[in-house]
Amino acid sequence: MSTRASTLTGRIMSAPSIIVLFLWMAVPLGMTIYFSFLRYNLLSPGMEEWIGTLNYEFFLTDPAFFASLANTLLLVGSVLVITVVGGILLGLMLDQPIFGRGILRLLVIAPFFIMPTVNALVWKNLLMDPVSGMFAWIASLFGLPAIDWFTNAPLTSIIIMVSWQWLPFAVLILLTALQSLDRDQKEAAQMDGAGPVSIFFYITLPHLSRAITVVVLIETIFLLTVFAEIFVTTGGGPGLATTNIAFLVYTQALLQFDVGGASAGGIVAVILANIVAIFLIRLIGKNLDK
Amino acid sequence: MGAIRLEKVKKTFGTLDVIPGVDLDINDGEFVVFVGPSGCGKSTLLRLIAGLEDVTDGKILINGTDVATEAPAKRGLSMVFQSYALYPHMTVYNNIAFGLKMAGESKEVIEEKVQSAAKILNLTDYLERRPSALSGGQRQRVAIGRAIVRNPAAFLFDEPLSNLDAALRVNMRLEITGLHQELKTTMIYVTHDQVEAMTMADKIVVLQAGRVEQVGKPMELYNSPANKFVAGFIGSPKMNFLGGELAKKYDCHEIGIRPEHVAVSTENGEIPATVKIAEHLGAETYLHVEADGYGPMTVRATGEVPLGEHDKIFLTPEQDRIHRFDAHGLALGKS
Repeated sequence: MSTRASTLTGRIMSAPSIIVLFLWMAVPLGMTIYFSFLRYNLLSPGMEEWIGTLNYEFFLTDPAFFASLANTLLLVGSVLVITVVGGILLGLMLDQPIFGRGILRLLVIAPFFIMPTVNALVWKNLLMDPVSGMFAWIASLFGLPAIDWFTNAPLTSIIIMVSWQWLPFAVLILLTALQSLDRDQKEAAQMDGAGPVSIFFYITLPHLSRAITVVVLIETIFLLTVFAEIFVTTGGGPGLATTNIAFLVYTQALLQFDVGGASAGGIVAVILANIVAIFLIRLIGKNLDK
Repeated sequence: MGAIRLEKVKKTFGTLDVIPGVDLDINDGEFVVFVGPSGCGKSTLLRLIAGLEDVTDGKILINGTDVATEAPAKRGLSMVFQSYALYPHMTVYNNIAFGLKMAGESKEVIEEKVQSAAKILNLTDYLERRPSALSGGQRQRVAIGRAIVRNPAAFLFDEPLSNLDAALRVNMRLEITGLHQELKTTMIYVTHDQVEAMTMADKIVVLQAGRVEQVGKPMELYNSPANKFVAGFIGSPKMNFLGGELAKKYDCHEIGIRPEHVAVSTENGEIPATVKIAEHLGAETYLHVEADGYGPMTVRATGEVPLGEHDKIFLTPEQDRIHRFDAHGLALGKS
């Protein structure tokens, strides 16, 4: 199939989609870079002018930037830890032949199919609401005061919600990896005198390393841009308590109408995402070579 | 020291009787082969001895102590798996050392034992490699190395050669036999290949449907099988079973005669037959023939025999090599 003619035909046939995809990505990126060097505010149209790197200076020296950078890293890091650890534990449980395993698996996977906005609304109004929420009701059963989650522990609330959303993904990947673990290996370790804990740390966990890498990489890409959960619940507040980079860019562009500043913020976010990606791939990408 | 004794060992999965009750004595230092067709329960029996399955009933005595409810590691046995079950993320060294590490041995002891096992198995140059960088035979040796270092009461082998190609299998067969002669440890070896059983065993246990059909030295099973199943299973090609006139002549239900114990002549003989297929191997020739009145038979003639399809021949069984069976398939004494 790989004659010169067929290769050429293949290239010609796939060219349209590649060109469209390239334009789809390159044009917005190019325009964003261009806008980031302009003074461009929607409140004063027609006054656009080239101001060099001033937008970047403003964005990077803004105290909100550091706060939101810290929030972003904290959010990504916490959710990663919770989903990977929780995913392994749930995966181990669902790998056991327990009663109702099929239905249980379906239930565990379900949150992943719920869109982030709905997820956030459910948590905000049905679970975490200090007056009518279920957590408040449970607390009242024990005679405890209700917690106003989004006021007292805003970032923690966001982390809980996002973790709940992403846990199924981790479970799904890790469970399939667990199922591919050769039973003979566990039995060999048993013969070698390893208990359940040793088997987990010496056999199961190394076997999962590749799957964990995949989970961490993919989740990181999506978690850097968490937006809907914040927008629906806290709106980035109180203060800047739950503002991450993505939300900060949004406030710049659509609340302050500063397109130039928002573009600069967007480019900074892209660069940050790339730094994290390079760092992650270097750190754990070695696992993928094996 | 590793004398193993099974007393009425029973295993059921749900309502299925996999092993209805097995009694067996394995002496210290013996090489015992469990052989039988697939699904006969030989692997299950091995796993019961290893402790990877729980016995439903019965006793497993190792050196006189009942270990039927002990954890696998406590029984002092080592197992070599069909898939080798090497730990893929560990080096060969760590694979071999794992059991010792779990047993809490000191670094020096581990180093010494691993090195000596590696020397016995020619693995010294490969200790830092991972299993994925080894050939099939080397992986097999690592699996054996992992078993050796624990200095077990007995080795258990679960079809260890079935993943190797034919040439390597012959080599490994010799290596394992050599290893047994060197270590003199009890070995229990499961296989479906009767050639492995015949060549390696001190004692063969033939199993069918979870029952022990016969226990004995290889040549005992070959020369005096207890029943039709053992007669048919041991020896290759399979024994021929003939009823009719010939059986009546020997005063039994059926007679059995091995392909190598039939004389072939083109002029005269007891049973006239027609050659269907002749397999010429040089050193020997297998003739698949249709015997008049008895149906298909296999005959093994030594050397090159100039016979082919449709050739008429005469077969004469060697009188003192005829096995007699009653209507239930049980062997009757020689007539």
